[in-house]
Amino acid sequence: MVHFTAEEKAIITSLWGKVNVEEAGGEALGRLLVVYPWTQRFFDNFGNLSSASAVMGNPKVKAHGKKVLTSLGEAIKNMDDLKGTFAQLSELHCDRLHVDPENFKLLGNELVIVLAKHFGKEFTPQVQTSWQKMVAGVAIALAHKYH
Amino acid sequence: MVLSPADKGNVKAAWNVVGAHGPDYGAEALERMFLSFPPTKTYFPHFDLSHGSAQVKAHGKKVADALGNAVAHVDDLATALSALSDLHAHKLRVDPVNFKLLSHCLLVTLASHHPAEFTPAVHASLDKFFAAVSTVLTSKYR
Repeated sequence: MVHFTAEEKAIITSLWGKVNVEEAGGEALGRLLVVYPWTQRFFDNFGNLSSASAVMGNPKVKAHGKKVLTSLGEAIKNMDDLKGTFAQLSELHCDRLHVDPENFKLLGNELVIVLAKHFGKEFTPQVQTSWQKMVAGVAIALAHKYH
Repeated sequence: MVLSPADKGNVKAAWNVVGAHGPDYGAEALERMFLSFPPTKTYFPHFDLSHGSAQVKAHGKKVADALGNAVAHVDDLATALSALSDLHAHKLRVDPVNFKLLSHCLLVTLASHHPAEFTPAVHASLDKFFAAVSTVLTSKYR
């Protein structure tokens, strides 16, 4: 179970306050689909994913990215109980969506890269460390109900 | 997984942008890796890993120079990295999982310093390139 210190929570919450959830979500999900094209297997009904620009401009990708990151925002308010927060989503991803939990790690790392790109110098090694813990905790929580 | 001509072009262009910052970025990627993924420190018990460490700086330069060489010989990574491949297989024996961690931290470093150039297409090409380098470095493990 991932435990966050007060300092880590502060780092995460502070950066999150400056994130444009819609933009960052679309960018992280888009980059996942571009960098790891096999992840497109979950999005057959998303339309045109045939090139990097098609993916990044795809309205369904942007909308879904926003959904995912909005959910992350809820988790940030409940960092002490990620497993509880994501219990239902975990069941959904296992029983209905059939998503290999490996993909949660991939998306988490794409988010870290997007944050680095947006925040530049402000995304110091220490800030990155807190966020790596965050995305790892979310990935574990989302995989927790798998059977 | 094969590097397309477009991938090779993207990687060379990206490395051009890195230019003289290579050693600094190498050191920064290592620092990010040691902090975010503490088990990676187990390979450096003999190093001072504190911020600004001269040993980490020197090692960052080593990594950057090797990557620069790989970029210059992207059409034949196996030959260009053969000696390093032997070293990692027989002497260093770094568990393969760690190459992904350093690759990720290299991408984070590049994204933070060159956001404009770090487009999704360039990002994808660099990810593939680091994976190809990692594959060569672990190719003689068994």
